[in-house]
Amino acid sequence: MIAPAKPDLVTVNIDGKEVAVPKGTNVIEAARLVGVDVPHYCYHPKLTVAGNCRMCLIEMGMPAVDPATKTPIMDPATGKQKINWIPRPQIGCGTNASPGLHVRTNTPLVRDCQQGVMEFLLINHPLDCPICDQAGECKLQEQATDYGRGYSRYIEQKNVKPKRTQLGPRVTLDDERCILCSRCVRFSKEIAKDDVLGFIDRGSYSTLTCFPGKTLSNNYSLNTVDICPVGALTSTDFRFKMRVWFLKQTFSLDAESSVGANTTVWSREGVIYRVTPRRNDEVNDTWMSDSGRLLFKQVKADNRLAGIKVNGTESALDIAVNAAAQLLKAGSVAVVGSGRSTVEEQFLTKKLAAALGASVSLVSRVGQGDKLLISADRNPNVRGALVTGLIAALPAAQLTTLAADVDAGKIKTIISVGEDLAAAGLTAAQLAQISIVYLGTHANATSAAAKVTFPTLTSFEKSGTFVNQQFRIQKFVRAVPGSAGANDDLLVLSKLIAAVSEGRALSPRAPFETSFDLASLWTQLAAEVPALGTMNFANIPDTGLLLDATSWLALPFVEGETLHYKPAAPQPAPAKEPASPPTSTPA
Amino acid sequence: MAVIPLERKPLTLSERAYLPQIASGLKTTLKHLFAPNVTLEYPEQRPAIPTGYRGVPTLVKDPHGREKCVSCQLCEFVCPPKAIRITPGEIPPDSATAHVEKGPQAFDIDMLRCIYCGLCQEVCPEEAIFLQQQYSMVGYTREEMVNHKDRLYELGGTLPDQHFKWDKKKAAAEHGNAH
Repeated sequence: MIAPAKPDLVTVNIDGKEVAVPKGTNVIEAARLVGVDVPHYCYHPKLTVAGNCRMCLIEMGMPAVDPATKTPIMDPATGKQKINWIPRPQIGCGTNASPGLHVRTNTPLVRDCQQGVMEFLLINHPLDCPICDQAGECKLQEQATDYGRGYSRYIEQKNVKPKRTQLGPRVTLDDERCILCSRCVRFSKEIAKDDVLGFIDRGSYSTLTCFPGKTLSNNYSLNTVDICPVGALTSTDFRFKMRVWFLKQTFSLDAESSVGANTTVWSREGVIYRVTPRRNDEVNDTWMSDSGRLLFKQVKADNRLAGIKVNGTESALDIAVNAAAQLLKAGSVAVVGSGRSTVEEQFLTKKLAAALGASVSLVSRVGQGDKLLISADRNPNVRGALVTGLIAALPAAQLTTLAADVDAGKIKTIISVGEDLAAAGLTAAQLAQISIVYLGTHANATSAAAKVTFPTLTSFEKSGTFVNQQFRIQKFVRAVPGSAGANDDLLVLSKLIAAVSEGRALSPRAPFETSFDLASLWTQLAAEVPALGTMNFANIPDTGLLLDATSWLALPFVEGETLHYKPAAPQPAPAKEPASPPTSTPA
Repeated sequence: MAVIPLERKPLTLSERAYLPQIASGLKTTLKHLFAPNVTLEYPEQRPAIPTGYRGVPTLVKDPHGREKCVSCQLCEFVCPPKAIRITPGEIPPDSATAHVEKGPQAFDIDMLRCIYCGLCQEVCPEEAIFLQQQYSMVGYTREEMVNHKDRLYELGGTLPDQHFKWDKKKAAAEHGNAH
């Protein structure tokens, strides 16, 4: 991204209200600052300006100056400088703020223009709202009621176009609904860097299509569905599943990599229907990957662990905690934490390891970064483990030391907080040789081999925080209730800590005493973790907080460059980007 | 409090004889004995249902037998007691009504919740749900009191259609102004 210039403020006048905005801010964004809505379709704050929908027409004027002497011409009636209004309307998205710019958005001319544009857009638009997935979040619906004329004068036949074109594996196009705003075309070209979409034919025959032999199949294709202002591009997965007005929105995070893209989870009555990106100008702008949108399927997966098991038989929580504590108190214990656990869980894992006097290892997951919103580190919260002090060095992909210790008989019991030990390099023979206590969400080789299994919650069913690659601590909150038989990781961990530290001498500050409710856990976190000193869960803003990362800058992090992140190695400064002003890319 | 003594009027002769009162009572009795009946022998006899009566909500088909509901879920949204529950679904592309694209997979109306307000009928953009003349819903279990999709179509039957919106749409797509 282009580094935003120093905000060079200019004063513009919008509907009589003066507002100071950075130079180059377009009229739509400037008007938003004074609470004036300039309707638009094709303009998107994170894409280039196309100016083709003509919905944002405004009246524009500049203070009059004498051409010869350059002195201001005063209006004798008001005593102020005269404004020369341009007699024809201008598009707001393509008009940038300049000193003294005057804008009118509520004159009869502007209203006439808006009604005219709405009428043209609706001429060939089908009366599809009852079956259209966009209904309820459709700009055309909203602006037809706000700025339309309210009835149609069109008596001719409407155009008919294809209704179910598959543009790619995840995107279905309804051509009739398309208003040719070209947001999807610009997104594919500018953000996804996969230029596959374009318009063919002319006039009312114009149609969005993929270039010959290509499909819209990149991992960011569903963002075109999000930015489509009408119901033309629809998600094949979400199509016809549920009306959006029933869905509850919960702020969450994309847990697929250390980027930590901000998301909104849409659920109804405990069922998640879709996940969409949430705007965070310092992390993911308004985008997220398609793969991150599918993560919610794990909530209802068939291999979800359903009940607490001790030696293969169903058990109650307290009995299982005691059984696990017996195994752990026998000594020779190793703790396997997880880069997928939340900061709070990692804090409790550290407490548990301290109570047991056990070593802690984490498992790293490294994949290919896509330079956009999936980084090479596929664990969302390795930096959380560094911040809480669970680990001091970066984890390896295989637990070779642990495996060697098992073979040498030094380790008799392993407690794994959500990590599959078989995937991390322990053989079936090694798993059979030791006792395993497993906290996890889904069945795998480790849960099958475990003596005690605690089913826990996925990130959609619990609240917590992740620290992303920028050392930005971000929170997510519970979208749906936990599945039957699953317990909160924090509850299980704090019960285990209490059970294993029973009868031991507690230090004056009672370090083994923990709580599983977030508010009191955060009091403890703030007291014991220096980087989180002034925080609590409630005051972390929705867009996250940057932590002081200086202690960890020397570590060889695996991430490459992604959107809004540069690896810290070349320059000593951490990847801190100043809040970019809400401007469009300069046209 | 002051006590005001009142003199009770003595009864007249006719009042003392009782007979005029008995006669007037008998007159009323005899009048109703021979007057036409106002009650019905329910359930053998059924009342005539006035037009505009709001009976049990039902789903209707158009004269070509197409289910009119497109599962837009506006009735589910507007229903004050939340009696309606719809599972939307896609109409398969090989179906005769594939051009409608969307229809209900399941459509349940819980008649223990329904308050017969008629808002579902009012809000329906496809004229698919009507409160018709059926007024008696009985059942032995709660489950029996939930009308599922099949039962709703059985109760609703077919109603005349003014618009044939989707037929027009299909005709336009086939030979009208398709590109």
